[in-house]
Amino acid sequence: MFGNICLIFLQMVVILGVSPFVVGLIRKVKAWLQCRKGPSVFQPYADLRKIFCKEAVIPSTTSWIFTITPYILFGSTLAAGLLVPAFFADMPLGFAGNIIALVYLLALGTFFLILAGLDAGSAFGGMGSSREALVASVTEPAMILSIFAIGLTAGSTNLNTIVHRTALFQGVTTDPAPHLLALGALFIVALAETGRVPVDNPATHLELTMIHEAMILDYSGRYLALVEWAASMKLLVFLSLLVNIFAPWGIAVEATAGAMTLGLVAYLVKVSALAVVIGILECTVAKLRLFRLSELLGAAFILALLAVIFFYMFRG
Amino acid sequence: MTILFLSILFSYLGGIFLPLCFPNREFIQNTMAHGLASVACLLGLVLGYEGLTDPEPWHIALSSNIPLLELSLRLDRLAAFFLVMISLVGLATSVYALGYVTEYYGKVSMGTLGSLYNGFLLSMTLVVLADNAFFFLILWELMSVTSYFLVVTEHEKNEVRYAGLFYLVMTHIGTAFIILTFLVLFQNAESFSFEAFRQSGHTVPERLGTVVFLAALIGFGTKAGIVPLHVWLPYAHPTAPSHVSALMSGVMVKTAIYGLIRVYFDFLDGEFPWWWGVVVLVVGTVSALLGVMYALMQHDLKKLLAYSSVENIGIILMGIGAGMIFSAYGFPELAALGIIAGLYHTLNHAVFKSLLFLGAGSLLYATHTRNMEEYGGLLKRMPWTGLFFLIGAVAISALPPTNGFVSEWLIFQNLFLAYQIPDILLDILLPIAAAMLALSGGLALACFAKAFGISFLALPRGSHAKHAQETPIPMRIGLGGLAVMCLVLGMGPIFVIPVLDQVSAEFVGVSVAERILTMDGWALTTANFASVSMPALAIMLLALSGVGLLFAHLLGGKLQSRSYKTWGCGLNVTSRMEYTATGFAQPIKRMFSTVYQPTIKLESEMLEESRYFAKRKHFDSYITPFFQQYLYEPVVNIFLRMSDRLRNMTVAHELNLYLGYVFAALLVVLLLVR
Repeated sequence: MFGNICLIFLQMVVILGVSPFVVGLIRKVKAWLQCRKGPSVFQPYADLRKIFCKEAVIPSTTSWIFTITPYILFGSTLAAGLLVPAFFADMPLGFAGNIIALVYLLALGTFFLILAGLDAGSAFGGMGSSREALVASVTEPAMILSIFAIGLTAGSTNLNTIVHRTALFQGVTTDPAPHLLALGALFIVALAETGRVPVDNPATHLELTMIHEAMILDYSGRYLALVEWAASMKLLVFLSLLVNIFAPWGIAVEATAGAMTLGLVAYLVKVSALAVVIGILECTVAKLRLFRLSELLGAAFILALLAVIFFYMFRG
Repeated sequence: MTILFLSILFSYLGGIFLPLCFPNREFIQNTMAHGLASVACLLGLVLGYEGLTDPEPWHIALSSNIPLLELSLRLDRLAAFFLVMISLVGLATSVYALGYVTEYYGKVSMGTLGSLYNGFLLSMTLVVLADNAFFFLILWELMSVTSYFLVVTEHEKNEVRYAGLFYLVMTHIGTAFIILTFLVLFQNAESFSFEAFRQSGHTVPERLGTVVFLAALIGFGTKAGIVPLHVWLPYAHPTAPSHVSALMSGVMVKTAIYGLIRVYFDFLDGEFPWWWGVVVLVVGTVSALLGVMYALMQHDLKKLLAYSSVENIGIILMGIGAGMIFSAYGFPELAALGIIAGLYHTLNHAVFKSLLFLGAGSLLYATHTRNMEEYGGLLKRMPWTGLFFLIGAVAISALPPTNGFVSEWLIFQNLFLAYQIPDILLDILLPIAAAMLALSGGLALACFAKAFGISFLALPRGSHAKHAQETPIPMRIGLGGLAVMCLVLGMGPIFVIPVLDQVSAEFVGVSVAERILTMDGWALTTANFASVSMPALAIMLLALSGVGLLFAHLLGGKLQSRSYKTWGCGLNVTSRMEYTATGFAQPIKRMFSTVYQPTIKLESEMLEESRYFAKRKHFDSYITPFFQQYLYEPVVNIFLRMSDRLRNMTVAHELNLYLGYVFAALLVVLLLVR
């Protein structure tokens, strides 16, 4: 029992602690590719600390929805973070929710963020909310189908089981095709869900092109800090999903200190590598027009469907 | 139990007749009608509980003088489950109505309204108890007619009469198909009693079985509102007084689900070819998707809710359809899981849809309009209504930790478990259905973020919304009770699953509750494939939001905040700058334009002196009502043309010719039945 509580606590520290680093790393990679020096990878930590201490300006049109949303968003994203195995394959909270529960936990945060965007009453907030609602709903089918493809190859939709079996080469090794196709689909979904290029540009300064940033335009002070932190945690949750579902090797499958340390190092390396990939992608790919999103997500859906079909064809 | 049943019957009968005895004493009529209805619903809950726990079904029969008709009632587990659902929602709407109908004082006769309301509740209660096909049909018809009269409460309005007529026609088309279902079963069983149907169900030849299947699907489907038979629903449900809308959308459509389960699993004994399940699943999927898509485009709040009922009926049918497929392939445990998931969603939808309809009624009460574009900023003016509506919106969007999430999660898992079926077509079809369920879930989230966000947040867009006030206490009690139920049903699968398991075990023959509920009931598990624990999720959400609060205090110290106007590019933000309901849904409308076929008309009239200054501009935007335009209107037109021609042929100016027609008709009938 005590060990389990320690594990949960450790996982919480990892998710909370590593997430700003990932954002900083992506920014650094982008800066390098744009021939800038760029801020330190640890800049997001300093930013968070500073924004936490600032006075919060609350728009007078808003209701309690506006002030409660950052906490709900933070709580639901962190809860999702505790369901994903990061450095240890058998998380004690694994029983609390499978991958579908994780998706819907994140959706809870999105729902409240959409409401908060509408609450301030400015056109920008409404615009962000409306677009976020579109993106959130059209990513769902590809996400669920790719999850199902993964579930088929691993024989479970419980994250612990998926990671455990894949780490020990059970199930996926016979044929990697469905696994890889599902990876492609889930990667596109992850980009859309976390508001990265080509779906949304987190670095944009023009309100008319914003999605996520437009919704949180009226936040300041500690509320902004919580929302930003939650956004970086959401990114880390998806990165952890991608690396640990598809390449869990190195993760600790036994509860020993050595294995855990190795798992932690492997996790950091893998997540950083994927963050570098996203950084490179953001510099080389143009943002899509909002209404061409359906093509990208349609492609993700087809990839996931192919993954399912391939699984059945090669099953025999 | 007979005494309990009789007290329910007499409470309702009292509710029907007593209000009529006090003409023009509106307060007394209101209190009597809705007070007695509340008592009857409370007793109904007790009776339902007894029915769910008693090992043997309760049965009562009275013979009548009319041939083939036997007034028999039977309370088995399935009936008891629906009885609990009807009584639970009925209790909330009756309490709510105590406050809500004051709006109608002096406008409509309170005695008629109250007595029809009680009659409607009574007929629904008896429909699920009826144990004789003839009796069932009479009660079904009674339910349709009383609800028709309730729909046309405000009959002086043109569109209300249109909605009523539409409803009446559609519901009778449905009844015709239900009659066909029962006639085929009667031919086989040679009796109208359900017991005989049950005994002889497995002897129905396959071809006739198919007729029963399709006729029941169309007949009950019309009442349930499956696509494409859903067209009447968005007219009729919103037109009725809101507490009746809540009953119609929350409960009445579920009697159709009851009928389908009764016919497929009880009478036909769950023995059917696999494609029946596929048909139900596909119909469910299409209904779920199109229902929510049309709901998104509505800015009449009650119409939006009515379309969303189409979606949720679709989701329920997806669960039941999957159960039928598994049943046909000989996986009784998975079939049981499908039925449990479908029934769970039935109950959940009854609770949150009636909550939302009552919430919409409160908004109507406070603002006198159903148009969402005139709402806004109501959360500050109606804090309780807003909170309860929010809980309903979260629940219907299937977000944890509410009840909508549990049932959709179960349906997802059930569809995923299709990989055990040795048929590659179904192996791929069911996951695609799951993906479509995910899409409709995502769109439902968008739809209810819109419904709540546009109605309750930011600044009021109309003067009515600006001066809105919180509703009377009985209305808030009705809403609050249902909101609490949303959370209770969400946290407590441990209590609900065993009950549903017993209901499904009656038909499938296996009990799966112990295998679904693991870890002493704390978690739900399906075939080692997935698990979720609602209490754990709720605790995590609460605790981790607390962690956020802790961080805010540790890093930021004491909260320093200041209220200031929203930044509007240097202008003062007014309600005209807010996003509207139409604007919010516009990106979705554009992305799915193939489905919506939107038409935009822009007419401008220019000044004579100039080509650049417009004198008048007219903008019109609407989506094509696809099914009405391409499916219903052609049929209606053919009928009208035929009846026109017939009229020309038959309108004679002599009595003798008419008599001749009558004679000829008689002759034909005699020849036929010879």
